[in-house]
Amino acid sequence: MTWEPAVTCTAVSKTFYEKDETLAYLPEYRGLAGRWRYARLRPRAVRAVDGVSFEVRRGEIYGVLGPNGSGKSTLIRLLSTLLEPDAGEMSVFGLDVVRDRLAVRQLINRVSVEAAFFKKLSALENLRYAARLYGLAPREGTEKALDILERLGLERRKAFVSVENLSRGMQQKVAVARALFTSPVLLLLDEPTTGLDPRSKREVQDFVLEVRAFHDTTVLLTSHDMAEADRLCDRVAFIDEGRLRAEGRPSELKERYGPNGAGTLEDVFLEVTGRRWPGEEDED
Amino acid sequence: MDAPRRRSLRTELGALLGFVERNFYLTRRYLGWEVVFLFYTVVNTLTIAFIGVTTPGEAGPKVLYLVIGALLWGYLSVIFHDVSESVAWERWEGTIEYTFMAPIHRLTHLGGMCVYAIAYGITRSIIVLTVVAFFFKLSLSGANLPGALAVLLVSSIAFIGLGLMAAVLPLLSTERGPQATHIMEGFILLVSGVYYEVEVLPSWLRPISVLSPATYTLRGVRAAILEGAAMRDLVGYLVILAVMGLGLIPLGLAVFRMGERHAMKAGKLKRHG
Ligand SMILES: Nc1ncnc2c1ncn2[C@@H]1O[C@H](COP(=O)(O)OP(=O)(O)O)[C@@H](O)[C@H]1O
Ligand SMILES: [Mg+2]
Repeated sequence: MTWEPAVTCTAVSKTFYEKDETLAYLPEYRGLAGRWRYARLRPRAVRAVDGVSFEVRRGEIYGVLGPNGSGKSTLIRLLSTLLEPDAGEMSVFGLDVVRDRLAVRQLINRVSVEAAFFKKLSALENLRYAARLYGLAPREGTEKALDILERLGLERRKAFVSVENLSRGMQQKVAVARALFTSPVLLLLDEPTTGLDPRSKREVQDFVLEVRAFHDTTVLLTSHDMAEADRLCDRVAFIDEGRLRAEGRPSELKERYGPNGAGTLEDVFLEVTGRRWPGEEDED
Repeated sequence: MDAPRRRSLRTELGALLGFVERNFYLTRRYLGWEVVFLFYTVVNTLTIAFIGVTTPGEAGPKVLYLVIGALLWGYLSVIFHDVSESVAWERWEGTIEYTFMAPIHRLTHLGGMCVYAIAYGITRSIIVLTVVAFFFKLSLSGANLPGALAVLLVSSIAFIGLGLMAAVLPLLSTERGPQATHIMEGFILLVSGVYYEVEVLPSWLRPISVLSPATYTLRGVRAAILEGAAMRDLVGYLVILAVMGLGLIPLGLAVFRMGERHAMKAGKLKRHG
């Protein structure tokens, strides 16, 4: 493993402004009609990512752990050039995420929590589209994707039915295959196993390990599954309310923060945030 | 894995083809609806054409006048729709982030949508025209068909420009964007003289018709088909439409870029809100 940085993130912040509809019904706004009340509301600022700095080394599997709403997906979106940071710098293999957007896009791919497919089209049709976008010959590209799908335990014939008729686990496998067949140097996985049955979860996890073992791919993954992070990640970072609270190798963190130098990653979370790990929760 | 691929013209063309192919798959998947909409368009065109038969005087030219209006409007509104709804649609599907983070130029993406829209619009128009020709004896003797086609092609460019401008609206506001698109389309329909001469419009509305590219498309195509106007008589329309197109395309792209940038800053490039 070389120590060349794959991702550097320096003091990155992102704030969203949201209007909260329910506030329109506060007494202060009485007397105004609904839409006008809404128009009078000041947007509420949500600091989704707040001064986050970290570095991912080439070839590493780096995990970002945090409860729902802690800013994990925002961080991934910033890295995948879908959002522009308000402040701070982010680069992927030395390329600036804002200035060299197109070049960064060639290096990365992302698997999001929700499977982003044309649901009426088959997996194969979706993969053909993806192949063309990423400059692969469609035939060769889809062959490669089908091989990956087979590796992930998806029957070949399932690739020919509409994606909407596939289970969530199968859809997620197609999403993983779609991200991988473009040979990204940086793979961004946003809660890739959330909502999967234990077996599919295991299969996807095994595959992530396999990818790292056999290809020159760096993986940045988010999760709120501590066991998964422990199993997959070389290093993890805890994020809570947009802030990075602790970072290190899972064993190191457990030693440093766990009771009597032992314990679990849940204990680490409690120690660094002062809050109990919320555990498995429903995805929003 | 392998070294980062060089972006080349071939890759971009391949991606453009990818958009065309994807839209074709989608049309095929929703074929039932396509047939239903097509049926409705055919019937709509026929009912309008029959108005020409009921009014006094020789029916032939009047029917043709109305059919040209209905066909052209069908074609131009399909282009406008397909282009302007391309973003709204992907947002609804949930594929918007995937498409927008692909390593291709936005021009390629939008170009692909436009190429498909034109191919789709032409195919539809041909089918409608075929059915209409079966109901009415449309005399095209003396018509300058190549001239009409030239006007149509040049005006497609202007409509693509308008579509691009409208396409970005859903990125700014999920609900208001598509609403604005429909208002825009309705307005163009009103002022462009699709089924009547713009002279019948109230005087305060008439100046606006000058701004709509459709006004010139309709006049040019009617001159070519009904009066058999020669190419040199159509040059005026062609020049106006070309100028509008050459202005509207870069403007449309610039507006789209600005909208995309804004969406990336405000976090609107995603499925909900
Ligand atoms: N595009 C957006 N617009 C407005 N608010 C957003 C947007 N994306 C995320 N947020 C808000 O930012 C916070 C962090 O969200 P997110 O990054 O999705 O967290 P996580 O992935 O850890 O669950 C949440 O409060 C969420 O509501
Ligand atoms: Mg998330």
